[in-house]
Amino acid sequence: MLTINKLHKSYPIGDRSLHVLKGIDLSVKEGEMVAIMGSSGSGKSTLLNIIGMLDEADEGEYILDGVPIKNLTEKKAAIYRNKFLGFIFQSFNLINYKNALENVALPLYYQGMKRKERQEKAMFHLGKVGLKDWAHHLPNELSGGQKQRVAIARALAANPKLLLADEPTGALDTKTSYEIMEFIQQLNDEGKTILMVTHEEDIANMCKRIVRLRDGVIMEDTFVEQVRAAQYV
Amino acid sequence: MFDIDLWREIFQSINKNRTRSLLSGFTVSFAILLFAILFGLANGLQNTFSEAFNDDANNSIFIFAGMTTKANKGLQAGRRIQFKNEDFDYVKEDFSDKVQYITARIYKNVTATFRNEKNTYSIRAVHPDHQYLEKTLMKEGRYINQRDLEEETKVVVIGRLVEEDLFLKTTALGKYINLNGIQYKVVGIFTDDGGDNEERLIYMPITTAQRIYGNNDYIDQINLTYNPDMNYDEAIGFGQTLTKKLKDRFDVASSDQRAIRIQNMAEANKGVGQMTGALGIIILIIGFGTLIAGVVGISNIMIFIVKERTKEIGIRKALGATPRSIVSIILIESILITAIAGYVGLLIGMGVLEWAGPMLETYFIKDPSVKPSLIVGATLTLILAGAIAGYLPAKKASRIKPIVALRDD
Repeated sequence: MLTINKLHKSYPIGDRSLHVLKGIDLSVKEGEMVAIMGSSGSGKSTLLNIIGMLDEADEGEYILDGVPIKNLTEKKAAIYRNKFLGFIFQSFNLINYKNALENVALPLYYQGMKRKERQEKAMFHLGKVGLKDWAHHLPNELSGGQKQRVAIARALAANPKLLLADEPTGALDTKTSYEIMEFIQQLNDEGKTILMVTHEEDIANMCKRIVRLRDGVIMEDTFVEQVRAAQYV
Repeated sequence: MFDIDLWREIFQSINKNRTRSLLSGFTVSFAILLFAILFGLANGLQNTFSEAFNDDANNSIFIFAGMTTKANKGLQAGRRIQFKNEDFDYVKEDFSDKVQYITARIYKNVTATFRNEKNTYSIRAVHPDHQYLEKTLMKEGRYINQRDLEEETKVVVIGRLVEEDLFLKTTALGKYINLNGIQYKVVGIFTDDGGDNEERLIYMPITTAQRIYGNNDYIDQINLTYNPDMNYDEAIGFGQTLTKKLKDRFDVASSDQRAIRIQNMAEANKGVGQMTGALGIIILIIGFGTLIAGVVGISNIMIFIVKERTKEIGIRKALGATPRSIVSIILIESILITAIAGYVGLLIGMGVLEWAGPMLETYFIKDPSVKPSLIVGATLTLILAGAIAGYLPAKKASRIKPIVALRDD
């Protein structure tokens, strides 16, 4: 699914530069559910952003679904993001003046899908996250958990190969977090590959594999026994 | 290609962000409104000027005779200067290259009767050139001609209101009118833009008047228009030469202001010309100032809008928006708002001018209006400015890495 070799990334801070990723090697197969863990500053979000083509690596190789991701034009990157990737953010990042349905339909708009088809498909995905009745509500009329579910529906709408989640439960209480995790686990059961950044052990243990980063290198990469979120809900 | 989804996105964005849209729209509307009103008022002022000097030929010179106020060459003060035919001929012949049209005038007041109608009128006995000097327009018949002068025919040309007063509903042309007991044939009826008084005049051949009223060759006044090829300064110089020559001719002291007076429209016109010129420059400065203020306003708002939408742009990019789609959505939105707001400003501006126009006539502002093409031009300028002002930040925003835009802060 994705292969990363000797990935380096540094950020300029003033006249010095901060070496964030110091040679990451990582390979993820289809159907995996990986948690990337680490303290803040360990480079976990940077890694996720590079995988998500939201940021570019300085050095190293990144191959996504057989396509080398390197020196992409903005347009190409946009097309790949749209085709391969679905994003789930900690702060949901819904467009606040669009209702739930329109938010979910947005990636389909950028795929060039017809309006009617777009809305049907968006409604289907909203139904999947259980928010059919909330389709015409604006984000500020929804609870945090509902917002994240809309965001998940949006990430799924374009039928991406890889789902990237950056602290998806970071802004939610424990109960809602488990609900969201239960849902993400279901997606994984259906075959979606999922990559998730988190710093919560219990959330990480709900994945199938934990990659621990420290100071820009991978300290530990273990497969774990998945804890099902359903038992807590 | 017309992309209905793009437009739907734009309309949604405008509609859902009303404050922002109204704010930027207001700036543009206000700039266009001010622009229209200022230009309209200035145009009104110019209209007043051009109309005030439009009645008579605006290259005319009037020569009047009066009493001397200073003794000169052994002659006492208080002497009356009387122009005669020979003086008229002198001006006409000696300055033939500088004179366009020339006429003498004799004034008389008469009682005119036709059947039972009776009224008093002023007579102007003139040469045929008078028609061009006074911009007399013939409604029916003809003006005084050269043959009338030579044969001293008893014909008159009467004003439209004279015909109305005396001939009631019938036509005066070809009928005989009685002026102080003498019958004159009406050969023409004229109209004049100079107002009612000008249309209550009666014109007759100057030779006829000289024969009938005094049997002499006196004339009261000489009117001429100078050759329009001359510029203001040359025309003013010509007027001064004429004054000097005539004063010499009548042995009038050169410092005597009353004996021979010349009223030269070139002097007034030069002043008016300078004034309208200055006015034009002021208008231009004000117009440009307003436009620049509008441009700065719309630029600021565009920068603000792009800044405000940075996060939204980041989200859209993460979901697969191409830089081009980001630029076009922001640009089209700004152009749309500017165009609509500009149009509203234009309508309001024209409405205000239309409504306030009649009330402003007392303040020397007549018919204040602006050519729509000018305002459309101004609106296009603002749209262009808004587009450029929006393009740069939009372009920059489209290059922002989504990760920067999405940072939680």
